[in-house]
Amino acid sequence: MASIVSMADIEATAKGLGIDLSAVNLDSITLPPGEDFGIKSDDDEDLYHEEALEQEAGFGNVIVVDNLPVIPLEKFEKLEGVIRKIYGQIGTIREGGFWMPVNPETKKTLGYCFIEYNTSQDAKSAKENTNGYKLDKSHIFAVNLFDEIEKYMKIPDEWTPAEIKPYAPGENLHKWLTDEKARDQFVIRAGPFTEVFWNDPRQMMPELVYRRQYWTESFVQWSPLGTYLATVHRQGAAIWGGASTFNRLMRFAHPQVKLIDFSPGEKYIVTYSSHEPSNPREKHWVLLNFFDLRTGKLMRDFRGNADDFVSGSSTVTGVSWPVFRWGGGREDKFFARLGKNVISVYETETFTLIDKKSLKVENVADFTWSPTDPIIACFVPELGGGNQPARVSLIQVPSKEEMRQKNLFNVSDIQMYWQNNGEYLAVKVDRHTKTKKSTTTGFELFRIKERDIPIEVLELENKNDKIVAFAWEPKGHRFAIIHGDGPRPDISFYSMRTAQNAGRVSKLATLKSKQANALYWSPAGRFVLLAGLKGFNGQLEFYNVDELETMATGEHFMATYIEWDPTGRYCATSVTSVHEMENGFHIWSFNGKLLYRIPKDQFYQFLWRPRPPSLLSPEKEEEISKNLKKYSKKYEAEDQDVSLQLSEQDRKKRKMIQEEWDQWVAQWKKLHEEEQQLRLTLRDGEASDEEEEYEAKEVECEEVIDVTEEIVDSDEDQD
Amino acid sequence: MRPILMKGHERPLTFLKYNREGDLLFSCAKDHNPTVWFADNGDRLGVYRGHNGAVWCCDVSRDSRRLITGSADQTVKLWDVQSGTQLYSFNFDSPARAVEFSVGDKLAVITTDPFMGQTSTIQVKRISRDPNEQVGDSILTIKGPQGRINRAVWGPLNKTIISAGEDSVIRLWDSETGQLLKESDKETGHQKTVASLVKSSDGSHFLTGSLDKSAKLWDSRTLTLIKTYVTERPVNACAISPLLDHVVIGGGQDASAVTRTDHRAGKFEAKFFHKILEEEIGGVKGHFGPINALAFNPDGRSFSSGGEDGYIRLHHFDSDYFTIKM
Repeated sequence: MASIVSMADIEATAKGLGIDLSAVNLDSITLPPGEDFGIKSDDDEDLYHEEALEQEAGFGNVIVVDNLPVIPLEKFEKLEGVIRKIYGQIGTIREGGFWMPVNPETKKTLGYCFIEYNTSQDAKSAKENTNGYKLDKSHIFAVNLFDEIEKYMKIPDEWTPAEIKPYAPGENLHKWLTDEKARDQFVIRAGPFTEVFWNDPRQMMPELVYRRQYWTESFVQWSPLGTYLATVHRQGAAIWGGASTFNRLMRFAHPQVKLIDFSPGEKYIVTYSSHEPSNPREKHWVLLNFFDLRTGKLMRDFRGNADDFVSGSSTVTGVSWPVFRWGGGREDKFFARLGKNVISVYETETFTLIDKKSLKVENVADFTWSPTDPIIACFVPELGGGNQPARVSLIQVPSKEEMRQKNLFNVSDIQMYWQNNGEYLAVKVDRHTKTKKSTTTGFELFRIKERDIPIEVLELENKNDKIVAFAWEPKGHRFAIIHGDGPRPDISFYSMRTAQNAGRVSKLATLKSKQANALYWSPAGRFVLLAGLKGFNGQLEFYNVDELETMATGEHFMATYIEWDPTGRYCATSVTSVHEMENGFHIWSFNGKLLYRIPKDQFYQFLWRPRPPSLLSPEKEEEISKNLKKYSKKYEAEDQDVSLQLSEQDRKKRKMIQEEWDQWVAQWKKLHEEEQQLRLTLRDGEASDEEEEYEAKEVECEEVIDVTEEIVDSDEDQD
Repeated sequence: MRPILMKGHERPLTFLKYNREGDLLFSCAKDHNPTVWFADNGDRLGVYRGHNGAVWCCDVSRDSRRLITGSADQTVKLWDVQSGTQLYSFNFDSPARAVEFSVGDKLAVITTDPFMGQTSTIQVKRISRDPNEQVGDSILTIKGPQGRINRAVWGPLNKTIISAGEDSVIRLWDSETGQLLKESDKETGHQKTVASLVKSSDGSHFLTGSLDKSAKLWDSRTLTLIKTYVTERPVNACAISPLLDHVVIGGGQDASAVTRTDHRAGKFEAKFFHKILEEEIGGVKGHFGPINALAFNPDGRSFSSGGEDGYIRLHHFDSDYFTIKM
């Protein structure tokens, strides 16, 4: 290729050679044939070469249909007709675009043919639609694109084992569980910072683990077992973890991701984005991606109309998250989605529907998974103006067998609450009266683990009481209900089994008129925090359900969010930025002692880092709780040491501050005395400072205001 | 501790001042009438009538004879404390904000607000012993700081003037020449408007309260930051106990936001801090609006607070207050 020459250079060269450029007739110059001096002409074929390839040279619109019946020549036309009929439906077959080769020796077809379409799209859809087409029992079509044949030819005949990468041990992602002081971590977001802290109740303050500015663009979320911390960005989600700090472990590309959800066993992560239409002709569509958490591989995506994904019980305003609900406990085996008249249950081995079809439940309105077992509880509302009763049924997965069902009448709404061991299911049933003017509430209690799943009906003493909150005791058999109207509702505790009454629900206690609207059970059970959030300004009451007594009351003014730490030792209350003022969090001990307060402006999130379940066997746990005194000795001694050390430090610090101050004051006093004379002159010799003495004189003044004379009648005195 | 509720003002309180003996309490409010009260039982003694605008600040002379008041009616007036007669009126082109008598009561420092294109000023007037000889000329006028100057006080020996205001910077001026001697550090200093400034009884240090939710203690000579007290609310007022190592700071959210929130949300508390350890000791509740003014009785045994609600609450400390151990 000739180098590019500018006009100025040409003129200079011409001058050097003694040629007057203007005198040269450029048109008269002819090049020798075939010589182009390395300059490509515009009309050269080569320039269009690449485009031509796409148009003609490719066989992208040719498919190869294999596994055709081998037939003699006389049946050729008949078969051609059949094949043309099948493939003609998909797209127009090009003229002369059908070729079925014939073995010249046997005069029979070879059992395959070539079909050429007008476009490669047709060819692709023909491949997708007819691959595996059953002509008859022994002839199942194998359809491939002609272009791909070459690719398949390249596959070596002999199998060679894949190269195995040497194992590089990763960091211990569970390092935080081995903390010597057995502390728990939490993450907070305030202002632009996201920070992870140790909760250190001994020091009465948190200890920073990791801090990062703009770590996430919307929120953070721990994985259910606490191994990972997920951050959300415009490009997708990321998970972080590590032994001592937080490193990025994996990224999951999903532009404009809005919500994320982990599977309970941390095997998968689901990301969700919603794409609002920019003009009215477009549809509002959503995208959900399932990723393998460890490899980052996209396992399956669901794409569809927003309306399809927000159907069912969800509100009009948005999607009810999670769209896909995980079931079957920590094995992450199943997930399900509510559809119109169906519940679509998928399994994670293939990420397809179980038995290739959804579970048909006419008019299903809501469903929940048992937290531990592959059991679905679903609710079908009343139909036909009450002619067909509402129904709650329990369905086993993957067998799809109905385990139990209960018909309910006059139902207006239903809420389902699972106990977290999957032992009990409470169904809150709102019934309306015939006139539909008022509603009453009752509970249907299912004992899942007992034979035939007995159901018990629980009605409150006052049926008209509104139910404000309901909560099961974690790992336990008790539950609490806040019920009643008005600003001071009652709180009742019930047990599914008591010593006298093994198989029946019985009431333990009712607390009258409490300022509470939310229940927070300790994750270890036994203690419950009765909280009055929002309208009740953050009233807190720590209640011991074993002893049925209040341990302590407190207040975190305007508290919006409450969370127990995963061990049930501490409880955090926080005011997030929904309020302008008071932002920050308080840490309480389980028995209601305020340990420390941290104010933070623009406080968005507080999340305890979850812990995986204990590896101790139930027997061992029992043994420990029996001999608690023995084990706790060591910790008590440590506590003592720390508190001694702290008070010593504190004392020293105070002393230092005081000394500093005294020094400053002494210095000032000196100056002050030096200036005393000057001050005296400023005041014209009046005693200048506080050391001046003045005596307080008490002066009594008598002032005669008025004098009147009166004659007193003396007769009355004589009686 | 049962407070004495003093109802007399019809508008929010702006300033409180005890006389040197601590038997009189002078109060300023947005109604036009500075008032004097018995500091012991809260009886109203009298009202100084004459202003035609909100009264922002006042000071009383050492001998408790003269009162000086600065008002939004663009005047600063001198009063006879006992009779309530107006002795003199200084006229300005813009509302007067802060006033203070110097040591010896021969001078007064006055600040004026930025108004109708005029910048804020700090002015020094000579105060004559005989009110008939009083003249209105300023012997010094300082201009410079942006925005309102909320407080200006005399430094030790009247050699300096300390000012603070909306630009959140505390400045030390030479009171003879009007030269700027020192400014507080931007980093460690206040971040928002300084709403109040009060000197310790010996003048060695002073306390500033700012809307950045903190109060800071400074050295009067060197303008070095000594202590910082952090609260959850904007600080409108502060005071230093003359008896114990305590400071009290008060405030609350913006008056415009008060009606939208619960009275507890406003944190209309007077908060006590240990002056040296910077630790919170306790709080005194009561006002149902932000606290705009605080003052300690010179004997340190009582204090009063004035609120946006128009009340003055006079608190005589219980005996256990004096035995608080830190």
